Amino acid sequence: MSFITRGFTGRRRDQDDRLPPGQTLVHDFPVLSAGPTPQVSTDEWEFTIRSAAGERRWSWDEFRQLEIEDIDVDIHCVTHWSKLGTRWSGVSIDTLLADVDTEDEYAMAHSYGGYTTNVPLEDLRDGKAWVAFEFEGEPLDPEHGGPARLLVPHLYFWKSAKWIRGLELLPDDEPGFWEQNGYHLHGDPWKEERYW
Amino acid sequence: MSEVTARVLPRTAWHAAEVVEVRRETPTAARIVLDVAGWPGNLPGQHLDVRLTAPDGYTATRSYSIASSGDGSQVVLAVARVPDGEVSPFLIDELRAGDRLEVHGPLGAYFVWHAPVDGGSGRPVQLIAGGSGVVPLFAIAQAHIDAADATPFRLLYSVRTPDDVFFAEELEAAAKGPVPFVADYVYTRRAPAGADEPVGRITRERVAAATFGPESEPLVYVCGATGFVEQVATWLVDLGHDPRAIRTERYGGT
Repeated sequence: MSFITRGFTGRRRDQDDRLPPGQTLVHDFPVLSAGPTPQVSTDEWEFTIRSAAGERRWSWDEFRQLEIEDIDVDIHCVTHWSKLGTRWSGVSIDTLLADVDTEDEYAMAHSYGGYTTNVPLEDLRDGKAWVAFEFEGEPLDPEHGGPARLLVPHLYFWKSAKWIRGLELLPDDEPGFWEQNGYHLHGDPWKEERYW
Repeated sequence: MSEVTARVLPRTAWHAAEVVEVRRETPTAARIVLDVAGWPGNLPGQHLDVRLTAPDGYTATRSYSIASSGDGSQVVLAVARVPDGEVSPFLIDELRAGDRLEVHGPLGAYFVWHAPVDGGSGRPVQLIAGGSGVVPLFAIAQAHIDAADATPFRLLYSVRTPDDVFFAEELEAAAKGPVPFVADYVYTRRAPAGADEPVGRITRERVAAATFGPESEPLVYVCGATGFVEQVATWLVDLGHDPRAIRTERYGGT
């Protein structure tokens, strides 16, 4: 139903085929969050994968001994900004799921501070998602999700849960915190799955 | 989070909006009144997306907080100029009554306030605004004034100068009116003559002195630029507020 707004010509004209529809390039790093930033020290930090079959748990030191990957990706926020070519380091979800035997098809990401977001397991497997703890070569700031955040760059960035503390594997898709508050269950930026 | 409960939300969709009025809000911001056909109404604190389309099909979309709430098709925005921005200078300088644009919303279900149903007293509400971050907080304050409920309300508003205060007349009327509402201002560049507090950035001491303390268990809404929100929310947690009672919204650089 789009129509022209009188007098608007636009002047930024971000022409880049890496930019999904409705997105604008930014060079800083805007933040989306719903409450105060949790302060989590690496001494108390742990990461857990929980399923009906049991639980896998890593301390910060154990987690840092896993295979580390360098990731160079574009990120897209539902609030219409995108940032191209961001560099991260983290552990692939494939590595974390290697010893987890499950038939579940969905995951709920749980964060320090109480936030949750739901992601299908197929969006987390096969080199598509990480638990990241460095951004541009530096430890991840608490403001940007440190000590560690989920990184699922092919989905809108709220799915890349800040202050991640674990994944809960589930047989069914259930809305997390952001999704209960209006954001889309899946969140593919190329399909503009912003809101429900 | 534990406080999240399922609610029936107004349905989100794209709508055609006609500009009713554009007027100067401050030297660097405009108030824009829209008439939105089919608008389902919105809760105080929600936002919407504005989409502008150029003759060649190029579009630009930005999110703006809504300064109004309730039923009806009229929606009020207050847009601050982003220097070198693509959309805000157009909205402030070019847009005029009768123009049409598209809006998508209402959006967001967490940074909202629900007035007590019977005009009684709900949990105290503390609003803390930095600059144009006052917009969704004004919507919440105005909803409270309109509901005339007994909920204790306070606003702490950090702003450059008295000329930069958004909704200055409405806030002054609210503070003088019969509904409980107290407003305090932190002037960062220039204060009005006779102001009690020194000019300068907001401090932890000022936040502690001019807001409801944790013992009254207020629901706290903080909105502004990222650095402002990050700092204020950290102080609130240090002062003993329950992190789950602090709701934040941040404005990015675009």
